[in-house]
Amino acid sequence: MHNALIRLLAAILLVLPLASLSYAADDESGTPHYPKNKPRHVSWSFAGPFGTFDPQQLQRGLQVYREACAACHSLGYVAFRTLASESGPHLSADAVRALASEYIIEDPDAPEGERPGRASDVFPDAPPYPDANPPDLSVITKARTVERGFPTFIFDIFTQYQETGPDYLYSLLTGYQDPPDDVEVPDGNYYNPYFVSGTALAMPPPLFEEAIAYAQNADDNPNNDVPETVDQYAKDVTAFLMWTAEPHMTDRKSLGLAVMIFLIVLAGLVYYTKKKVWAEAH
Amino acid sequence: MQHDYFPRYEPKTAVGRWFDDRLPLTRLMYDSFVAYPVPRNLNYFYTFGGILSIMLVVQIVTGVVLAMHYVPHEDFAFDSIEHIMRNVNYGWLLRYIHSNGASMFFLAVYIHIFRGLYFGSYKAPREILWILGVVIFLLMMATAFMGYVLPWGQMSFWGATVITNLFSAIPLVGESVVTWLWGGFAVGQPTLNRFYSLHYLLPFMIAGVVALHVWALHVTGQTNPTGIEVKSKQDVVPFTPHATIKDAFAMTLFLILFAWFVFYLPNYLGHADNYQKADPLVTPAHIVPEWYLLPFYAILRAVPSKLFGVVLMFGSIAVLFILPWLDTSRVRSANYRPLYRQFFWIFVVVCIGLGYLGAKPAEGGYVVAARILTIYYFAHFFLILPLLGLFENPRPRPASIADSVLGPADQPSGAPAAAGGVAAPETRG
Amino acid sequence: MTRTTTADLGADAPDAETEATRRDFLLIATGAFAAVGTAAAVWPFIHQMNPDASALALSSIEVDISSIEEGQAITVMWQGKPVSIRYRSAAEMEEARATPVDDLADPLARNDNLDATAPANDENRSVPGREQWLIMLKVCTHLGCIPLDEAGEFGGWFCPCHGSHYDTAGRIRIGPAPENMAIPPFEFLDETLVRIG
Repeated sequence: MHNALIRLLAAILLVLPLASLSYAADDESGTPHYPKNKPRHVSWSFAGPFGTFDPQQLQRGLQVYREACAACHSLGYVAFRTLASESGPHLSADAVRALASEYIIEDPDAPEGERPGRASDVFPDAPPYPDANPPDLSVITKARTVERGFPTFIFDIFTQYQETGPDYLYSLLTGYQDPPDDVEVPDGNYYNPYFVSGTALAMPPPLFEEAIAYAQNADDNPNNDVPETVDQYAKDVTAFLMWTAEPHMTDRKSLGLAVMIFLIVLAGLVYYTKKKVWAEAH
Repeated sequence: MQHDYFPRYEPKTAVGRWFDDRLPLTRLMYDSFVAYPVPRNLNYFYTFGGILSIMLVVQIVTGVVLAMHYVPHEDFAFDSIEHIMRNVNYGWLLRYIHSNGASMFFLAVYIHIFRGLYFGSYKAPREILWILGVVIFLLMMATAFMGYVLPWGQMSFWGATVITNLFSAIPLVGESVVTWLWGGFAVGQPTLNRFYSLHYLLPFMIAGVVALHVWALHVTGQTNPTGIEVKSKQDVVPFTPHATIKDAFAMTLFLILFAWFVFYLPNYLGHADNYQKADPLVTPAHIVPEWYLLPFYAILRAVPSKLFGVVLMFGSIAVLFILPWLDTSRVRSANYRPLYRQFFWIFVVVCIGLGYLGAKPAEGGYVVAARILTIYYFAHFFLILPLLGLFENPRPRPASIADSVLGPADQPSGAPAAAGGVAAPETRG
Repeated sequence: MTRTTTADLGADAPDAETEATRRDFLLIATGAFAAVGTAAAVWPFIHQMNPDASALALSSIEVDISSIEEGQAITVMWQGKPVSIRYRSAAEMEEARATPVDDLADPLARNDNLDATAPANDENRSVPGREQWLIMLKVCTHLGCIPLDEAGEFGGWFCPCHGSHYDTAGRIRIGPAPENMAIPPFEFLDETLVRIG
């Protein structure tokens, strides 16, 4: 008899927090939650267990970074030499040297305290920006995320969805728009419903239609029909910044495949050995 | 464990005898890990002890290697992590193993602890074994917390600030204790440097306590799903090969899960803010610890008083020390305790619920829910467990372990085990 | 699932032997497979101690030598080691050339720009047309100390650690050092610029 009573008590105890949770979900008085809009999903070439970077896209992304972002944002952990990486932008050694030498590197050992960049140098810091601190972009695609919520975050384990950062960055870059009437945008800020910590941010829209003429679209290139749109620029620079954040991603996934196959075969072998050993004990 | 079920170590060669007379190391290993008798009915939840020792080795080995490249300095710590990720040969692999390894370590230890709770592994004569386990758990939390500070990202810095500030709740000396922990007047270079030193030291202390834990285990022997002590050779199998191969299979499956995270979701369990360098001027919007500390964090935030919140948070772990004396039931295994079994699962749900709430902002209904669950958490230990032992009618237990696996002993030898006997379903090897 | 087999782990049933063989085979196969995996897993732990990508990228440096006067030397760091760049005087070169190769403790040139078997005459310690330049790793070949400049019985280098004397071409003459000091790979890019590495 008292077993049933205890069960009833326990059930009440369990329902109470659930009820308070639903109250929490409706709660309007709490701090507002950003971003207003969830990031838009892009079908990235680097997503999934077999995903790889597209070198052509990364080269375009590098160009977008240099023409649209580099004036304010550094890329301080990325060495020029890594741009030659086969699983990355795959520039030729000469192209890397040429690109590096376009930059001036501070070097106390150099005769004038500075010298042209070499492949072994990292991207020099962007010039200081008045009254603001634009973040370094080297790992920005790993440093930004938008909460996925229950139960999506559990499904993500099985689907291996890892692209919250890139999706967010792409959505932010393409998400600038006129503010709705009920939103006050402070002076010097720009409305963007995808921004993760407010409705407006200090960064002005960086990309414009046809503002960047892709080097790949030169007449002698067989694939010279890449659209020069904000959407394409955003995708390309995001892919490039995903590569700068995770330059060994391709190695990681291909090694992972080998490890997985090994472990599954090993598990099978151990399982049959275990069955044999225990068969005698039953 | 005193037994004569399996032959003890017998040196076979003259060299073996010579060595055994001087240092019986081989004897110790043989008697502990080969001829050691384990109950024949252990299920896969009993393989997590072995998995945990592997995880400790993995963490120590990858940690020692990462320490060869890491720089414990506030100006270079973050950079040295990026250096490891980008330049060091296989550095990305070693770091991802280490950071995800911490999570896997805690996943395994939680399963191990809840297994102990379910099967009453803390009851006499295993109180010391259990208490040593709680000590290991505390050391693990300290180690994990200090390790999380080392990358010197935003979460590292602010996590360190918040957690060290817990000690400021101590009356009278709190502020002095916090200043002492910091080595300054805020988290800074001295803090980072000492955390690095302690993060390197503590795992070896864990290894030491693990040795005691295993020693205590080998004195009393394992519990098992029936909760009945070993009575005869019928009840046991030798550790090698039976338990060894079963542990190996479970370990391999666990490594598959581990590899899934390391190679395909390496940043899933981490926090994005920790890829931003520490900035003492900007606090992240939501400071949350790693997932494995969230239930305790939820308890901390559920209490509207600073001192009381800290006391309850530490109390939620400290209560485990006295658990063997709070549970009044003489029956060990929940398999034979119909009511406790239900409360056990409620308790699991409550802990997971606290973990979920720990990740949510401390506002509105989340706080209310966290308070209810916190009250339940403590009620489980201080009300439910003592009372259940007095009121519960346990189910009949089998006469012996062998009976639970092979059917009652009065059956003729060689007859098939009775289906639907008292054996629990998970007693199958 | 029977009682009898449980009780006697070492029972000698008719099939016991083949069963045991099959079990042994499985055990060995599984063990071997696991051993291969473990061996492969050890490699990252060893390889991480090799020079990393950023260190490998610094394998060459360029040095401006226009400011060095005759009889003077500068020391630059290359791959973490000192490289001496010496503008030798006529007297120093004369002395080095006068020494027959047969008198040398180490008859090989130890010049990375030449064949490994090249003899240690003075010409092979520098480059044709710029013989006055001696570009050399200033590291004693005994146990790695840095020798003193313009010292020792032969007016070249003297290593104070264990008393090795080198001549004006950096060749070992007396002492425990086994080899002449090494000439790193280098190349004159123009009159005043040399690339080492």
